[in-house]
Parts: sequence; C-alpha cells; structure tokens
Amino acid sequence: MSVINWQPSASIETLRTRAQILKTIRDFFVSRDVMEVETPLLCGTSVTDPFIQSIPALFQSQPHGSEQRYYLQTSPEYAMKRLLAAGYGAIFQISKAFRQSEIGRFHNPEFTLIEWYRPGFDHHALMDEMDALLQTVLKTQAAERKSYLDVFTQHLHLNPHNVTVDELIACATYNHISVALDSKDRDTWLQLLMSDYIEPRIGQDRPCFIYDFPASQAALARIQPGNPPVASRFEVYFRGIELANGFHELQDANEQRNRFKKNQSTREQLGLNQMVIDEFFLSALTQGLPDCAGVALGIDRLIMLASNSNSIADVLSFDFARA
Amino acid sequence: MSSYGLNEIRSGVKLIIDGDPCIVVDNEFVKPGKGQAFNRLKYRNLKTGRVIERTYKSGDSIPAADVIEVDAQFLYGDGTEWHFMATETYEQYAVHEAEVADARIWLKEQAECKLTLWNGTPILVAPPTFVNLKVVETDPGLKGDTSGGGGKPAKLESGAVVRVPLFIQEGEVIKVDTRTGEYVSRAKE
Repeated sequence: MSVINWQPSASIETLRTRAQILKTIRDFFVSRDVMEVETPLLCGTSVTDPFIQSIPALFQSQPHGSEQRYYLQTSPEYAMKRLLAAGYGAIFQISKAFRQSEIGRFHNPEFTLIEWYRPGFDHHALMDEMDALLQTVLKTQAAERKSYLDVFTQHLHLNPHNVTVDELIACATYNHISVALDSKDRDTWLQLLMSDYIEPRIGQDRPCFIYDFPASQAALARIQPGNPPVASRFEVYFRGIELANGFHELQDANEQRNRFKKNQSTREQLGLNQMVIDEFFLSALTQGLPDCAGVALGIDRLIMLASNSNSIADVLSFDFARA
Repeated sequence: MSSYGLNEIRSGVKLIIDGDPCIVVDNEFVKPGKGQAFNRLKYRNLKTGRVIERTYKSGDSIPAADVIEVDAQFLYGDGTEWHFMATETYEQYAVHEAEVADARIWLKEQAECKLTLWNGTPILVAPPTFVNLKVVETDPGLKGDTSGGGGKPAKLESGAVVRVPLFIQEGEVIKVDTRTGEYVSRAKE
C-alpha cells in the first residue's frame, strides 16, 4: 500500500520565520502610513501579457447554470491602480497570485506577493523604500544600483539599447551559453543573457537594483523620452534570485490601450488564447491615476533568502504537489 | 514518435537531442519576471557520457528516446564484437568494441552487466558496480604488511590494472569498485 505524504513541505522553523516576516512587513508599512487593502482574487478579466498565462475558474450564478469564465488574478496591479485613481493614497497588499504553468525551484503556480503603491514617488524614490524594507527584513547592506545599460556594458561589453539580435546570439555563443532557440526577438535574447549570464554575477553580497530598462520591456512603466528612450522600471536581484519588479507607473490611458492591443497581437502570433482587455482599469486610467510608483515583491522568495532555502517548496506550508 | 513538453521533463527522462539518446539529469524552470520562460536542461549523452547544459524555450518539446536498460550476461569477445545475452529473454546482442567503452576492462566471461538498448540496439554496456576478479600479475608484496598504505599495481584477469595493497598476491580474488576503479577488499572465491 502506498503511503500518502500529507506532511507540510516547510519545516515549522521556516513557517515561524514566514510568520515573523509577514508581521515585519506589515509593521514597516503601517509605520509609514501606507494602508493595507484587499482586492479580488477572482476576476472577470486578466492580463494580456503574452508571457503571463492566467488560470481560468468557472463561475455559475446557480447550480447547472451557464458557466462564466473568471480568472485567478496574476497580480493585484489593475485593481490597486483603480483604488489609487479613486483617491485612496498610499496602499499595500499582501496577497496570493496565480500563474499558469509556472512551476519549478523558484516558482509555485500559487504564490504570495506584496505589492505597494506610492503617490508622488518615482522609481528611484521607490527603490529607496525597497532598500529600507530589505534592510529591515533581511538585514542586508544598502543595495547597489545599476542601470540596465551599465550592467550590460560592464559584464558583456555591449549596449543593450542598440545591439542587434545577431550580436546577442554571437555573445551567447562566445560565453558558452548553449541555447536551443530560433527566436529573432531581441528582448528574448537580452532576457536570456540577463538570466543565464548576468544574474549569477550580480547582487551576491548585497541586493542589486537594475533600472531603466529598454523601452520594449516597459510593461506598465512610463517611458522617459531620450536617446534612447528607456522604461522607468526596476528589478531587484539578490543571490541569484529575482525578487521584485517596480515601475514609475504609466498614466496615459491611450498608451496603455495600445500596449494591451500590441500584447493581443503578440498573443495571436504565438498561438495563445486571446485575453479581453480590462476596461475597468482603462476607465480608471482615463479618469486619472495620480503620479505614482509601484512594485511587487515575491514574499516566498524573500523567505527563501531569509531561511537559506533551496526551493520554494521549503517555505510553503504545502507546495503545489501537496496542495 | 512521442515527445515531451519542456515543462513535463523530469530527471531520468530519456530524449533524443542532436540525434543522440540522452538522459535528463536536471531541468530548471527559469522565468524572467516580464519575459519569455526558459528551461535550463542538463542531460547526459548516453553514447558519449558527456553531461551538457542547454537552455530551451518553455513551450518547445523534445522527442522521446526509446531507451531501455536490460540485465545481460557477457558471453565472449571475438576481437571486433562483444556478445551478450539478455538474462530475461535469452536474446543475444553483438556490441562493437567502441560501445563497450570503459566497461570492457571489467568484464570476464559470464559477468552480469547492464545493456542500454536504443530502438532495440545496444549503445552502452555498464559493468556491475562491484566485481570480483582474480589478480593475474603483481609484484610479490612485503611479508607482514597489512596496512594497505602505499600499494602497487595489479593486473586482473579481465585486463584492468588497479592499485592494490602490498599484501595482495597473484592468484587472489579481489573486489573492485568499477565506478572509481579502486580496490575495495579481498573477496572470497
């Protein structure tokens, strides 16, 4: 007879660390007058992002009734921005988020994040606050900050803003990165070099913040005009783990709609299911989002770092295999 | 032919990569926050034994290799080919010298070993982890030395040469670890 392993995947010590960290984070924001909010996990629409897939859930208004497709949220971003547009001020949320097919050493399809928004902040001011939070929770030294341009120049001697795809492929080959990829997408190659080559070489002793991404990787960040224009976006790396992603938020509803439409056509090219645009969110942007910066930080990964854990399963009461 | 999606591949899965059968050692899911998901695959080429790392796009798939391992007995070598018989089916297999590779020096007639078959054809011979073999040639040792320190070379009946303690004499049977090629102990006949 097979024995069912019903035991938790995390140790009791790690779950105590987890509880302590959640408390520390809440105290940190409460002391800074940032209000805790909750937004729906079950949503009528989800992101159009071609590289984030949503997990559908079916709702019935009565038993045997017709099924309505909802989605488990991949991030509370749109709902939180609606709160901001409604005038709620500085807010934070600790919530579950869900991503289809994301499972691995650093990924669980259901995970916990903290997301917060600061009216009046740009991405640099928000990096200051992120640094303070990491110093409080992980007792880290002050973080190092580098622009996307600096880090590519320093480690790979190339300019990420004007390098060609062929140069990126040659660079991967030269650095013995063996890749089975026929992509001609510049951003895919930049991301590959970032994760396979640069990430293991940055943020080892102290967290490293990378900011001002190529405009083509803006996501929901505003783009600073210039030569080249760059996205006001930052990522946080520490000991080989990608911890957080933040933006000086895009306020322009038309520009946002165009990005969503571009995502939809990319999804079509990739043969992915089509996602409906969230009109609640776009209406809120049209009404007016205050000038603000926001960021999402993976709490499970933060706890992995705090407890020296090797796998995300080690910091979850029950990982996906036991859920 | 069946194939595996990158996300379904676990360690131990056998795949055909660059035309060769390979066994997966590790498969790590890598996902930049806002970008394409990758899988960092680590696999051993079953023909060459080399371990290789390669990054794939998560949505891609790789053909499965029809590779199985069977218990077999070594029958005899005829100079160009080595002949084995599967213990369960009594089916006989001829293996070219090159494919016997590192196993050759550990095999004497009747020895039990593992044959790796790809589409029914042997591609690899693995000796048992421990083999008992007779010493056919070694310098006479010093009387009274039982420490095993120092040691000396000894040629075994299968052709292998291993370092043995000084007290081991010609004609004795010793136990050897084929993974490291190291002497383990004296063996009873």
